[in-house]
Amino acid sequence: MDLEILRETLLLEQHNTRIVVISVALLGGTAGLIGSFLLLRKQSLLGDALSHATLPGIGIAFALMSAMGLSGKSLPGLLTGATITGLIGVLLVLAIRRSTRLKDDAAMGIVLSVFFGLGVAILNMVQKIPGQSSAGLDSFIYGSTASMVWSDFCLIIVTLLVTSVMTILILKELTLLCFDPDFASVDGWPTLRLDVILMGLVTAVTVVGLQAVGLILIIAFLITPPTAARFWTDDLKKLLWISTMIGAVSGWLGASISALYSNLPAGAIIVISASFIFLVSMIFGRARGVLPRYLRHLKLQKKVGRQHLLRSTFEILENTQSEAPLKNIPISMELLRKHRYWSKGELPRLIRQARAEDHIERQPSGELRLSESGFGEASRITRNHRLWEMYLIKHADIAPSHVDRDADMVEHLLGAEIVHQLEAELELAKSDIKSPHAI
Amino acid sequence: MNWTANDLHIILVGTLCALACALPGTFLLLRRMSMMGDAISHAVLPGLAIAFLISGSRASWWMFFGAAIAGVLTALFTQWITRFGKVERGAAMGIVFTTLFAIGLILIKQSADHVDLDPACVLYGALEYTPLDLVTLFETAEHLIQVPRAALVIAATLLFNILIIALFFKEFTLASFDPSLAKTQGFRPMLMHYLLMTMVAVTTVASFEAVGSIIVIAMLIVPPATAFLLTRRLPILIATSLIVAVLSALLGHLSSQALPHLLGLPETTSSGMMATATGVLFLLAWVFGPEGLMRQNSGELKKPEHLIDLDEPKALEKH
Repeated sequence: MDLEILRETLLLEQHNTRIVVISVALLGGTAGLIGSFLLLRKQSLLGDALSHATLPGIGIAFALMSAMGLSGKSLPGLLTGATITGLIGVLLVLAIRRSTRLKDDAAMGIVLSVFFGLGVAILNMVQKIPGQSSAGLDSFIYGSTASMVWSDFCLIIVTLLVTSVMTILILKELTLLCFDPDFASVDGWPTLRLDVILMGLVTAVTVVGLQAVGLILIIAFLITPPTAARFWTDDLKKLLWISTMIGAVSGWLGASISALYSNLPAGAIIVISASFIFLVSMIFGRARGVLPRYLRHLKLQKKVGRQHLLRSTFEILENTQSEAPLKNIPISMELLRKHRYWSKGELPRLIRQARAEDHIERQPSGELRLSESGFGEASRITRNHRLWEMYLIKHADIAPSHVDRDADMVEHLLGAEIVHQLEAELELAKSDIKSPHAI
Repeated sequence: MNWTANDLHIILVGTLCALACALPGTFLLLRRMSMMGDAISHAVLPGLAIAFLISGSRASWWMFFGAAIAGVLTALFTQWITRFGKVERGAAMGIVFTTLFAIGLILIKQSADHVDLDPACVLYGALEYTPLDLVTLFETAEHLIQVPRAALVIAATLLFNILIIALFFKEFTLASFDPSLAKTQGFRPMLMHYLLMTMVAVTTVASFEAVGSIIVIAMLIVPPATAFLLTRRLPILIATSLIVAVLSALLGHLSSQALPHLLGLPETTSSGMMATATGVLFLLAWVFGPEGLMRQNSGELKKPEHLIDLDEPKALEKH
């Protein structure tokens, strides 16, 4: 029975919750979109200062509207107040940063704590004004979807749609602002005005989200989806899409679950849905996730180890034979061990790996011998190493005695194309190259 | 207004709390981690909730441990996400503290039936009620000297903070200004980092019941920032921020009692106004201070961007 209702809520078939779920999902999507720019601009926590700075505005608006004989709790009025003090807060952060030695975090912390303290003091005062019920103002702090009515949703949805459209219209300018603000200003773009517009967009999303999510947690909507999306892609367009999707999905999930269990705070459930997606993204995200990065690292390590082993074997073959065509004779483990520095247990592991790849065979005598394919591979790897060394000696003025390590840092990443370029550059087309330094 | 013993007690608790916060706050500011104070004071909520659910009482050592652990975990998780996920520190901090705060909210709502711990009390505290819970210090024939219990708790925290900072002053200073040098000298900057985080967490917990987290955040961040605008020497910086903290507590309480009456409104919370008072003092320093807006505009000073800043601490995130 519970499951049935859950399914209906998630699929928006429940009449009562449909509008809540839609508007919170839309909120999440829009916040994900705009939050991406905030993240790229490295200003994520500015949203936190902003959302706390809205509280005095809510209190003042309530007091003013009550004094004028209107209903103190009209949402447009409260949100106007919130927008005004929120913007003042953000501008103060920018001003403190520009005119003092204080850094970002201090500027944000000052605005956040002082405005919030002031807001609490004002709310506390206005709640004691006789004749006006101010119950429900607290929902701006912790968030509650229960107290919202139809006109509230219309206001939220229209604001969010306008904000998203504006963001998409100035996508190019915002991108430039995030990636190269100096270039943007040199190129004649009004970066300060763009920054203010970005803050305006952030303010719009924050303010309409206050009631649903609460001012402490709304920041999660701005930070978590883009940060999670960042693990999946390095491409801005995809980042914006993924971040929007993650924001919308966490809003949709969170609003649905909290609609079912009315004693669960909506904002908290939404935040936890988003954090869960973040955790999954951080571990599995294709572009920058921890696990894929670790696997790529292991793969590279394996490749580097294989190249070290094969090159060492080849160099030993060269050292032990004086006449030209190089014969592929077995060599002892001891020679290999002394040839270069191996970390503990590295050599046996590499040999096992090379035997599995059919590059090296173990003779009955216990000596090691390159297989036919291994010999070819070893000579190719050694040749690439020397090509790169000679390039460094010729063009980077590195002393022959020092070139080995420098070459070692890059050679593992050499592609076939670069090898051809090196050959052309150094006019070396013959198949074997002597080492430019003693081995 | 009528000056009563209650006012004295409120000011006493507020002042002790301001002092206890401003000390670790100075080092947070130097490490450019002021927002960590905000993050930790939100993130202790689940620690408090879990400790409460286990022990079943509000005034216990469990709460202390729960919150201190939650505080250190915030710092730890932020560090992990920054390092392993290669996420910018601000964003990592935001994700960690909102998640922990959300978990805390849910835990508290879930156990709301049999728990008199609500999130509002964590935010606002109950400074007005501290005089109701008094402890007798001395009792002589003529005098009965009583202080609020909260004052004793916070005074103990203040002593703890003074002790830690006095013991590790050199290490804290070096780790704040030059973590690389501190590391090469064997001072373990990361250990200092977590010690500082523990101090912030413990101070938050000790203060939350009496004054709420608003005041903790404000006192952690604003007095040191105000002092930063007035001096460039560390000992003077610490002293100034302590003075600013005490002044804010005093002015905050006075204005909470007096100011609203001027507007014909009832009096308001002292903790909110103490936070506001720190803001007013900061504003004064910002406008009239030695590097303030007035002198910048009158051309006596160059823009601060051109000042060579020897105090500039290095960012910690590279370590």
